[in-house]
Amino acid sequence: MNLLEAKNLYKSFGNINAVSDISISLNVGEVIGFLGPNGAGKSTTMKMLTGFLEVDAGSIEIKKIDLSKDPINAKSYIGYLPEGAPSYSDMTVKSFLYFVGKMRGLKDELLEKRLEIMLKDINLLEVQNQIIETLSKGYKRRVGIAQALIHDPDILILDEPTDGLDPNQKFEMRKLIKSISKNKGIIISTHILEEVEAVCSRTIIISSGKVLLNKETKNILKNKKENLDSIFRKITKTK
Amino acid sequence: MKLYIEKLMIIFNREFTGYFRTPLASIFLLVFLALSAGMTFFMGQFFQRGQADLNSFFVWHPWLFLILMPAIGMRLWAEERKSGTIELLMTLPVTNSQLVLGKFLASWFFTLLAIIMTIPIWITVNYLGEPDNGVIFISYLGSWLMAGCFLSLTSCLSMITKNQVIAFIVSTISCFIMVMAGFGLVLASVRSWAPLWLTEVIQSFSFLSHFKRIQYGVLDLTTFIFFISMIMICISINIFLVQLKKAD
Repeated sequence: MNLLEAKNLYKSFGNINAVSDISISLNVGEVIGFLGPNGAGKSTTMKMLTGFLEVDAGSIEIKKIDLSKDPINAKSYIGYLPEGAPSYSDMTVKSFLYFVGKMRGLKDELLEKRLEIMLKDINLLEVQNQIIETLSKGYKRRVGIAQALIHDPDILILDEPTDGLDPNQKFEMRKLIKSISKNKGIIISTHILEEVEAVCSRTIIISSGKVLLNKETKNILKNKKENLDSIFRKITKTK
Repeated sequence: MKLYIEKLMIIFNREFTGYFRTPLASIFLLVFLALSAGMTFFMGQFFQRGQADLNSFFVWHPWLFLILMPAIGMRLWAEERKSGTIELLMTLPVTNSQLVLGKFLASWFFTLLAIIMTIPIWITVNYLGEPDNGVIFISYLGSWLMAGCFLSLTSCLSMITKNQVIAFIVSTISCFIMVMAGFGLVLASVRSWAPLWLTEVIQSFSFLSHFKRIQYGVLDLTTFIFFISMIMICISINIFLVQLKKAD
């Protein structure tokens, strides 16, 4: 089942073309790895997919709902972790998740249940009453994931979810993404190529705002002589 | 409509309780109470005047709000933009107007709390004499409306920068201009070269002129409409600025 259909997206800031003609299709059970060098347009694309930025041209449909025409309805199907996992640092973990859940329209009883699940599944139980400001980077990232998942969205968009985490935390995060990917569509932007190999069913490589490669990860890795690292360097360099 | 109000209230609650999560609320309330009492009793010569009214209390409000309202409102949007939470907030299923109104109302009701805490002065004047409580009530209402104007202007200006200090300075200067527009000295200097209608227009935009009328117990429709319109204009510009500047 198709969850997200973005067609021919364009976005420019002044004279700079941040995104040129990018199309993405996301289905249930699919994890798309969004790769690209710094400034390639990954974050801009994600911001457009989540409705934070308006597109200059192109269309985005979330479960057949036009994001530009009915943004409130379309946004309700998306869970989003922005780059750097921003959160209200003066709130406790629990009150922050409660706030996001309420904003997502969850009723009290369901919200309590989802809170319980999130705190348990994302290992936040021991810090639930702690002020977010006092948490380590790993925990802050987990809080970001928890807020993105609190309403059990069909689509999850994660902008560099493992950035700055230690190897153990990265491993845990990947395990979590894999475990929830069965009945959702996930888009992850990352710099870490091994992450794409580990969790993504499809790989999209972009550079200078354009899609250079859009293939199933297993097909990319078929050729034993090349790994994702060498392919990434080859196509982003020639561009 | 019910859903609109529900979301607005969630934003309102987060912002309003946010003032109490840090020492900001206590510091603000303390400073406001100390300054308003100090100005009333010492500079306003409350006892020496021997009159049973609160003119010496309300006369300082425009000048107090000039500093204190930007202090409350400077964080409303500047902080969201600096910490990146604006991205989180605006990808939630919520409209810009709900966000702007929720935030503004939280700061406005926080100010109401501060104003309510000065009621012992009202009780004192009733203990000492027989004041016109209707005039005092209207003055309280006018003071709160004027605070709303200062706050909506500050909220609007806090959207143009990520730096809270800059937001504070720009807001204070803007509020100062809005107060000074009705000051005799300014009007006299304008009157010397400008046509009468322009002087009247400038005076009509002054917070001070409108507040002075209220202080005398005159809350006419013009003054009420002026304060409410000012708030609505600033909020509308704020909503527009949120759309325009959110990703900068």
